[in-house]
Amino acid sequence: MTAGAVSVSLLMVFGVLALITMKGMVYFWPGDVLSAQYQMKDGRKTSLVGEVYEEELVPLQRLKDSGENIETDAAFVKRLLIKTGNRDILGSDFRWVLVPRLSEQKTPGDTVVIERREWGNLYGHLISVHEKGKVIATGPDAWAVFQERTARVIKIFAQIRHLEKNDIGSVNYRLEKLRLAERHIELSGKPDPEAQKDIDQQRKVLQSEYKALEFKLIDLYKQLRRDSYVIEVMGGKKVEQPLAKVVRAYQPNAMSITGKLIHYIEKVWEFVSDDPREANTEGGIFPTIFGTILMVMIMAVLVTPLGVIAAVYLREYAKQGPLTRIIRIAVNNLAGVPSIVYGIFGLGFFVYFLGGSIDQLFFPEALPAPTFGTGGIMWASLTLALMTLPVVIVSTEEGLSRVPRAVREGSLALGATKAETLWRTVLPMASPAMMTGLILAVARAAGEVAPLMLVGVVKLAPSMPLDMNAPFLHLERKFMHLGFHIYDVGFQSPNVEAARPLVYATALLLVLVIVVLNLAAISIRNRLREKYRSLEH
Amino acid sequence: MNSDTGMTHAIKMDHLQRERVRMNVESEEIAITVENLNLFYADSQALNDISIKIPENRVTAFIGPSGCGKSTLLRCFNRMNDLIDSVRIEGKIILNGENIFDKSVNVADLRRRVGMVFQKPNPFPKSIYENVAYGLRIQGVNNRRVLDESVEKALKGAALWDEVKDRLHESAMGMSGGQQQRLVIARSIAIEPEVLLLDEPASALDPISTLKIEELIYELKSDYTIVIVTHNMQQAARVSDYTAFMYMGDMIEYSDTNSIFTNPAKKQTEDYITGRYG
Repeated sequence: MTAGAVSVSLLMVFGVLALITMKGMVYFWPGDVLSAQYQMKDGRKTSLVGEVYEEELVPLQRLKDSGENIETDAAFVKRLLIKTGNRDILGSDFRWVLVPRLSEQKTPGDTVVIERREWGNLYGHLISVHEKGKVIATGPDAWAVFQERTARVIKIFAQIRHLEKNDIGSVNYRLEKLRLAERHIELSGKPDPEAQKDIDQQRKVLQSEYKALEFKLIDLYKQLRRDSYVIEVMGGKKVEQPLAKVVRAYQPNAMSITGKLIHYIEKVWEFVSDDPREANTEGGIFPTIFGTILMVMIMAVLVTPLGVIAAVYLREYAKQGPLTRIIRIAVNNLAGVPSIVYGIFGLGFFVYFLGGSIDQLFFPEALPAPTFGTGGIMWASLTLALMTLPVVIVSTEEGLSRVPRAVREGSLALGATKAETLWRTVLPMASPAMMTGLILAVARAAGEVAPLMLVGVVKLAPSMPLDMNAPFLHLERKFMHLGFHIYDVGFQSPNVEAARPLVYATALLLVLVIVVLNLAAISIRNRLREKYRSLEH
Repeated sequence: MNSDTGMTHAIKMDHLQRERVRMNVESEEIAITVENLNLFYADSQALNDISIKIPENRVTAFIGPSGCGKSTLLRCFNRMNDLIDSVRIEGKIILNGENIFDKSVNVADLRRRVGMVFQKPNPFPKSIYENVAYGLRIQGVNNRRVLDESVEKALKGAALWDEVKDRLHESAMGMSGGQQQRLVIARSIAIEPEVLLLDEPASALDPISTLKIEELIYELKSDYTIVIVTHNMQQAARVSDYTAFMYMGDMIEYSDTNSIFTNPAKKQTEDYITGRYG
């Protein structure tokens, strides 16, 4: 019985993991691109170019009911979901096709897949590459030139990004600081010509810095826009596209297994290290991983002292009686409160009340734009810290109660006060139990989404909560989170079909992040356990 | 005990290698004076009107059957009973002319002056070095040189130095029970107390370790006033200069060890040491 229950549970866990892994990891594999002729309902023929995404069987009757007539005896007809890309030209990325209507299926080697910064993938056959409107390569040569030019464009683009994000971002940040300083003087009601002059001076410097950067940027953009290419897409239409928008281009049908493997690894790396593109449906999810980990860490830093102090009071100092019993019951019940309730509390108390008050007191110059009076990583961490407080309290209390009386007496007999005994002996010996509490807290917090939506998680954060602008850690900033990202990509994206594998990949990553955080905590705990093995055995 | 041999006394004092000097409490310097001490656990009284004078630089043993209050009395000397909420104490214990139950007495300070070793070895889960340095660190001593010296001195004092000098920074939990108990003694004497309380220090140890502890007690006598609680009458006879017999919370008889074991004044004492009960 019990063995059965255990194996069923294990099977379920591994089943979920296997499903997520399979579905998620396939996403990055460059599949063959099919070219075929397709006969439409009205008998006209059209060419199709695209990747096969899914296949399924449909009852023949249903097709007949919808007006399709197919000459076959089988009860079911196979149909394929094909990603045809070219959203800007065709209007949609995906289409279902019936297999019996397909003819001349082949996978020509020169089919190119072009990932773009906008409008998704482009599938087609490359015709020519242009520089400033003049053709510089056509036919078979075009691909080599195209690759070379793409590399150049990507390099320029990286420079632009760096310039925009780091240099111009920094100038903007400092300009904003100046504006706030100026507003501060204004609000204080005492004009300070000395300081004002200083601000104006600094602003001038920054503005000239900005001008210089802007020039550089304009120049880079000009270089970026130099080249274009012409591609023949399905249906035989030839379109000219700017090369500047290309992220990556490859010919999957011509790739060897190693080539595909390298491509695969590149894609996975991009996924974990890059920023998202196109409403989160393309590119990477680095900011979400970063946000999740940072939030969990801040939460751990907040919840540990709170929980430990509470547990120490309850176990060591408070008189055991009805009052402590009520407090314990309350703490245990806190663990059962639905997380969204914590979200509401966080929004009402932390964000509006605390954050609003902080803004009034410390950041009046920024008003009406809120600084802490809106969701941010600080409030999200605090909300989760509150949510996970009970586990930390309960397990710390457990750890404190397991410290042998003999050891406490030994310390007291040496002239240590109660506080010294706690600090030097009891707390270290209870630290493995605290870590256990923290592990449970981290596991719960890392996967939580609902409360975060109310207190600081956003779909796309313009800047990360940790950057190169002093004071480096910006606790008031909004952030991105893996769990919310799954929800957003899976259900809020304009292109749900395209995003589905991304949902699995992100879910896999979320699981991995939680596993890594937990393993880290567990290894710390085991080390502590080894260190403070006590007299009990 | 030895009732089958028909001997009057279970402990043959002649067989113990000790000086047969008659000792008298009245002629000693007194370290601790207990006056009319009553102790209650909630409603039940555990110590009844105890008065005793503990002489300086001598070993005083408390013997008696389980539950007679000897450990409770010992734990009064460093106010360990304060840790139990329901305990109420009346009477006085005077150490250095001061009643230790006075409000003005700092308990931590008192315990620094009155060290204690427990029944079961209770080293901290730290290194041997840190165990011995613990009391000093609490007093705010952090100078490495001072600590090194004190640790060495204490470990030598507890006859442990030669065994552990090469592994001072290994965990104390890896030592044998006897070594751990000597470590605890070293830990206590590192802070140089005036009085050392030993609560059945050898009851959890094997005979060889017990012997070592007893030798140690004998040596420590010259520097410290030692009070030892023991179940083992041979042990009391071997190590102590004075012995107090307690029964049911009463101090039945208190005298020098030789007298108690060879010529007890009270019938109850004789019954106990000849093994007729207890």
